[in-house]
Amino acid sequence: MSTLHTVNKSPFATQALLSCLNHCKDGDAVLMIEDGVYGGLAGTGLTDIVAQKGKTVALFVLAPDLTARGIDGSRLISNVEGVDYAGFVDLVAKHDRTQAWL
Amino acid sequence: MSEEKKFLYVNRRAPYGTIYALESLEVVLIGAAFEQDVSLAFLDDGVFQLTKGQDTNGIGVKNFSPTFRALGDYEVTKLFVEAESLAERGLTKDDLQEIMYEDEDDDWAEKPSIHIVSRAEMADIMADQDVVLSF
Repeated sequence: MSTLHTVNKSPFATQALLSCLNHCKDGDAVLMIEDGVYGGLAGTGLTDIVAQKGKTVALFVLAPDLTARGIDGSRLISNVEGVDYAGFVDLVAKHDRTQAWL
Repeated sequence: MSEEKKFLYVNRRAPYGTIYALESLEVVLIGAAFEQDVSLAFLDDGVFQLTKGQDTNGIGVKNFSPTFRALGDYEVTKLFVEAESLAERGLTKDDLQEIMYEDEDDDWAEKPSIHIVSRAEMADIMADQDVVLSF
């Protein structure tokens, strides 16, 4: 049993991403969407925390949201993977439940 | 669909600055009609929803905090509050209102609906649900 967590707020504006990372369990997945994609960036004040969690939790960003914001995929933390909308659907289907962190 | 599912309503917002908290409570009350296994989670700023002594006369909006005490009548009797979120905000259990329900399986004994749980326990509760609704 596992959960797909979605986060749609910038981690520099709200605690949504941190709270999500503090509550997700090994084998879960976290998909950062909308302004949440900033949480997947390397070289930020939160990169170490996110990268560390990426060892036990699968981390994704919604690539169209990243592209829309002018952020190149090369700026992502190495264990954060970009997915398209079809990939989003696959993640929802793969996990037992989806929990939104708003 | 007659199968009972486990629903968790996740509350992470303080009560009056936005409409989330009130809307969550409205949805819980509506959802109670469907006789599912309902739990409420309060974490992060959501713990502020349960403080006692709320008085909104001065800000011109409805004080909905007494409504939490009616949830027991709708068989919503599991309110999980995260200890770490309380502590981070300088709150203790004593700052929260008392919410009781009558247990029909125990000769209608009055029991507390609020349960203080650790962050790890909250994660376990979240992982044990069929449906998670976030506010």
